[in-house]
Amino acid sequence: MKAYVKETLTGFYSLLAGLGVTIRYFVKPIVTVQYPREKLDMSPRYRGHTEFLIDPETGSHRCNACENCARTCPSGVITVTGVKVPGTKKKRAVTYSIDYSLCSLCGLCVEVCPTHALKFSNEYRLAGYSRQDMIIDIMARLKAQQRALGLPEEVPPAPEAEAAAPEAAASGEAES
Amino acid sequence: MMLEKGLEEKTFYLNLGPQHPSTHGVLRIVLEMDGEFIVTADPVIGYGHRAHEKMAELRTYQQYLPNMGRVDYLHALAYNQCYCMAVEKLAGIVVPERAEFIRVITSELNRISSHLLWFGAYLLDLGAFTPFLYCFDDREQILDLLDRLTGSRLTYCFYRFGGVPVDIDDDFIAGCRAFIQRLRSRWDDYDNLVTKNVIFIHRTRDVGILPPELALKYGVTGPTLRGSGIPYDIRKSEPFSVYPLFDFEIPIGERGDVLDRYLVRLREMEQSLRIIEQALDKLPAGPIMAEKVPKRLKPPEGEVYTAVETARGEFGIYLVSKGDVKPYRVKLRVPCFSNLSVLPELIKDTMVADAVAILGSIDLVIPEIDR
Repeated sequence: MKAYVKETLTGFYSLLAGLGVTIRYFVKPIVTVQYPREKLDMSPRYRGHTEFLIDPETGSHRCNACENCARTCPSGVITVTGVKVPGTKKKRAVTYSIDYSLCSLCGLCVEVCPTHALKFSNEYRLAGYSRQDMIIDIMARLKAQQRALGLPEEVPPAPEAEAAAPEAAASGEAES
Repeated sequence: MMLEKGLEEKTFYLNLGPQHPSTHGVLRIVLEMDGEFIVTADPVIGYGHRAHEKMAELRTYQQYLPNMGRVDYLHALAYNQCYCMAVEKLAGIVVPERAEFIRVITSELNRISSHLLWFGAYLLDLGAFTPFLYCFDDREQILDLLDRLTGSRLTYCFYRFGGVPVDIDDDFIAGCRAFIQRLRSRWDDYDNLVTKNVIFIHRTRDVGILPPELALKYGVTGPTLRGSGIPYDIRKSEPFSVYPLFDFEIPIGERGDVLDRYLVRLREMEQSLRIIEQALDKLPAGPIMAEKVPKRLKPPEGEVYTAVETARGEFGIYLVSKGDVKPYRVKLRVPCFSNLSVLPELIKDTMVADAVAILGSIDLVIPEIDR
């Protein structure tokens, strides 16, 4: 009987102690951020989808379409095409798109890039209505960024050769 | 009980799951019920099967890295570590000490976040909503710290063969120390809210007792085993990485009931804090990446087994290489599979409400069982 009364009393006290914690936190500042009205800053290293790093020297991207990223990608989501720059032996990317719906954000493409052309964006609101919305054209994104920064927009190296075939650019290079 | 003539006592079947808030994933348990009591329980698994083991055979060693964050998404960094250790052992890559320290710090932070999530989700199973909000507030601090370092908040893919890609900075160290202070100041609140709560104690004390012999028979590991009083922890029994340098204890329970498993996890978080504290104090300077790790890794022919202690128990990788760029075979030994197989023994002759309490106390991550 004595033990029963004691247990009842300590039990009741334990409930009050728990309530005490709740009341104490009730008067403390609110920790909840009222998303979407308020937004937190993303950390600089946050991994969104990849985007081109703008080279401060040229004001454009550094991708030479070597396709290392496309080969190393575990899910094979990267599509990159490039043409030869006339007058040099280098290639330059013309289109670059990723299928973000399959991307696992492992970061292997960023690490493998020999020219350090890629970086992670801080984009996290990426809801879409169709699968097609998840295919992100990084080249178009770069052009939009260049416009926003007031830089000259990225122009593909040989616009007339691009439509025909990369060989045309190559032969043009041989003649020069 | 007196039965009317013509009626016979029958059992009936009840499905717990596949989609049920207390199963924490798509797990189905077929319960044979005799009134309120469970006669037999039969777990049905495989709903979340993603063929992780087969995937390894089709990808290069590097390409398999992101899979490791997705086998068990709650303690992803331990899985990262185990896989990297296996490949490093096979290829003979020596990891610099600073990288090992960074691995230990981040993995232990991840362990705490996993235990905190279990704490909140388990109390939700028992019908307590408030603690969930408190522990998620704390967990958020860890996620912010790891987000700043690794770039992701849940399915980390951070470790690389030969080290880690990113070094920790003073901000991270200061953040860790602040977090340790903060979490230690919260233990009293957790005790007052939950551990001393009379309702919680009545729901958990002497419920779902797991005798040590039974646990060993089923290969149960992790806090579930330690709750039964067996101090088996890979970090102590087969030390890996730089764990031998740190002073920490292995908390064990006495009775092996649900409350003991709860207490073991709570004390383990404090031990993890101790490890992080010591690692931050002893953090050596130096490189974070081994030199000369080939981009196209081709480990020599051979086989290797490595194991780490995750938040749920022993996770092991058995890796066979035929000297190719792709592994020949990868076998994942996941802790939850063994821990789940003991469940039918535990929930026999209990009521459904207790079965939910016992199921939660084992801390199952269902996609890990199916893998």
